[in-house]
Amino acid sequence: MEQPKPTEPEVIVSMRGITKRFPGVLANDHVDFDLRMGEIHALLGENGAGKSTLMNILAGLYRPDAGTILVNGRPVSFASPREAINAGIGMIHQHFMLVPSMTVTENILIGLEKPRFRLNLSAYDREIQALSERFGMRVDPRAHVWQLSVGEQQRIEILKMLYRGAGILIMDEPTAVLAPSEVDELFHTLRAMTAEGKSIIFISHKLHEVMQISDRVTVLRRGKVTAGGRSAEGITREELARLMVGREVIFNLQKKPCQPGNVVLKVEDLWADNDKLLPALRGVNLEIRQGEILGLAGVAGNGQRELADVITGLRKARKGRVLVGGEDITNQAVSKGIRRGVSHIPEDRTHVGTAPNLSVTDNVVMKAYNRAPIGRGWLFNALAASNYAEELRKSYDIVAPNIETPVRLLSGGNLQRVILAREISSAPALMIAMQPTRGLDVGAIEGVHRLLLAQRDAGAAILLISEELEELIALSDRVAVIYEGQIMGEVNDGNVDEIGLMMTGSRQEQIRSAEVPHG
Amino acid sequence: MAEQGLGRGSFLNRFPYRIVLEPRLKQPPRWYPVFLSLLSVAIALLIGALILTIAGGDPWATYAYIAKASFGSLGVISDTLVKAIPLMLVGLACTLAFRMKLWNIGAEGQFFIGAFGASAVVLTPLLPETAPTWLYIATMVFFGALCGAIWGFIPGILKARFNVNEVISTLMMNYIAVSWNNYWIFAVWTEGGFQMSRMFPKNAWLPRLTDFAAQVPLFRGLTTHFGLVLALIAAVVVWLILYRSQWGYEIRLVGDNPRAAQYAGISIARNTVLVMMISGAIAGIAGMSEISGVVHRLQGAISPGYGFTGIIVAWLAKLNPFAIIPVSILFGALILAGREIQPSGIPKMMNGIILVTLIASDFLLRYHIRIVRREEAE
Repeated sequence: MEQPKPTEPEVIVSMRGITKRFPGVLANDHVDFDLRMGEIHALLGENGAGKSTLMNILAGLYRPDAGTILVNGRPVSFASPREAINAGIGMIHQHFMLVPSMTVTENILIGLEKPRFRLNLSAYDREIQALSERFGMRVDPRAHVWQLSVGEQQRIEILKMLYRGAGILIMDEPTAVLAPSEVDELFHTLRAMTAEGKSIIFISHKLHEVMQISDRVTVLRRGKVTAGGRSAEGITREELARLMVGREVIFNLQKKPCQPGNVVLKVEDLWADNDKLLPALRGVNLEIRQGEILGLAGVAGNGQRELADVITGLRKARKGRVLVGGEDITNQAVSKGIRRGVSHIPEDRTHVGTAPNLSVTDNVVMKAYNRAPIGRGWLFNALAASNYAEELRKSYDIVAPNIETPVRLLSGGNLQRVILAREISSAPALMIAMQPTRGLDVGAIEGVHRLLLAQRDAGAAILLISEELEELIALSDRVAVIYEGQIMGEVNDGNVDEIGLMMTGSRQEQIRSAEVPHG
Repeated sequence: MAEQGLGRGSFLNRFPYRIVLEPRLKQPPRWYPVFLSLLSVAIALLIGALILTIAGGDPWATYAYIAKASFGSLGVISDTLVKAIPLMLVGLACTLAFRMKLWNIGAEGQFFIGAFGASAVVLTPLLPETAPTWLYIATMVFFGALCGAIWGFIPGILKARFNVNEVISTLMMNYIAVSWNNYWIFAVWTEGGFQMSRMFPKNAWLPRLTDFAAQVPLFRGLTTHFGLVLALIAAVVVWLILYRSQWGYEIRLVGDNPRAAQYAGISIARNTVLVMMISGAIAGIAGMSEISGVVHRLQGAISPGYGFTGIIVAWLAKLNPFAIIPVSILFGALILAGREIQPSGIPKMMNGIILVTLIASDFLLRYHIRIVRREEAE
């Protein structure tokens, strides 16, 4: 028998050469990953870097195309999350899977075989109370889930896994939904668990948390490991940011010099909440001029969606102003913004940008149906609408059998063309483009880029929100960085290092003042 | 997807062919939905025939009898049309609401309240006994529609303001409407203690074909009334709203994707209230036409569930305003046959079977069925 060396704790999970391909994406490309007993191992990377895919493989939700997984030295191949849990691996997802009308105890017992017939709940209540106290979690086992805060619901998910005897916990961005005080409590609990010899994989893209809580760090970028199992001590934030973001610029676009005109969009001290009523925007200031593209960089969930929603009128601001062409449109109806020339390429093409069962015609006239020549008085001129649609289909190369085809039958790239055709054909003064190329293939991406640049050259002001840093730097005249609802700073020379640092929470002033002493 | 539910060792796996379901990637041709609806009705008739046989009846004789009882002569065709008129109007009311995915189950109540509103014109009275027929009709249509609209407004505003589920609220309001009518029939407008109002004066009746028997002898005894014209006008109006008005575009957009509608600057709350009101108004006109065209007084039993059958009619017509007309006539025939056939539950059973096959057929609009050889597929 080989004894584990005292300095190197035992490796309990070892993933080797994990490869997973989705249609059009190589999500994991020969990824190696180790987890030691009793450690907190952070898995860091941008959205789409392949963190969740790798962990879903470990938790039995996906099966890898290639690679091996050893748990406690034995090769495993999980066909379902249940098998992974039986092997002691539990994953806590970002979206909780709880039944709101049931109590905490009932939720934890769901799916277990133990209370066979007679449900002696109070005995289980006590058991769960004891378990939660052991790890320093405050939970009332008799409370109904709908009464609980998000942080408390997360504790139930953790308890669920602990109750099932999990020794390895995978937490998928556990802090994304939490308030700062709840984050501290969570970290406290995580430490209590590692003290008992449990191991934790902590998926995140927030550098300061990673530095604060983890023992070791693995960084993924575009499906590949850029740093494997580095000790968290002695690694700097700058280094992590670079490992995460990368620095090569792959796009090479022909871009005319920027000739900014009058200010079109002015955002002043804007505050707004997200869907969970937590503050998402905390005093945002922005300005975009005619003929200019302002790129907004940031890791997903730092207020980008809320900003786009507030500017377009889909979300109420709590404080601050949005001015378009000098007119205050804060908290006005969406239709008012549309009349002022605000166009919007939404992030979610199928659920927000289009009506899937309606025809191409009905979808392209979505913002022109009440204006001449399609709308006259109360009438809807169907002939004018189909002429308009036919014209757009030709000029934007929308590949569809005919304009009566429901758009749900179109491919992603064509669906995006339908949206672009609609939003661009209104000759917008201001365009809010949110993730306009996500999920598209290279050819389609190039087409979208060209259309955006053409709009800019025609004098539109464009706010481009994207998580693709290369895209932002290639297209934008200026890049602003948003972090936790605040603008960290702005660069116009494509300084990736600086953007990377700002994306992870450093202010531009701090970065620059830190640089000065070194010369 | 194809073999879900079949165990691995199932004997079906040894069968050399298997059924594969694939989502349709192309739009089916225009005739296909119509064909599917007809096919569903045919299959429903076959299922009905099977049940009749098991019950010891002769299905073909039964069907022949139903056909004769509803379409056998000019007289019964006219009776069928009389039954079809309220179905058309209620079906149109449901079509408009369902297009916005507003599940107005309250057409029955709106029908009763529309009948009340129309009766109030005669019984209050709002018009002098001697007022001309055209004025009576116009006023009664107006008040019937107004009362129906109010009955639609209440669940509409509740939904728009407080997100109250309209299925529950409209359903509950059906009972309120019936009780409301009963109060007036029993307590206020009762005629000599009977649970009905007095007969309306002749000039408050919708003109019937038989009224023109002096000019056209063929019309003698035919009870088809002016409500048919109202229903046809309503079909055209609903079609115009849905396909030729900006408001109709908004309804279709909200119905398919409310978030996209919001994004396009369309007010969902405003449209919810408006659609419920117009839907209620059309159902109210159905009640008015029944009162003024057939019953000629306000009484308790004025509807054998027209408001609910209208839901089926709207679905069978695939929410197409013009398809409502033939479908209503088919269901009118089934209602009429219910009087002729014993047990009268048979036409009701047919209603139910048609609805089931019809809803099932929707699946085929979305999926292809292919039968492939097992080896080829694996």
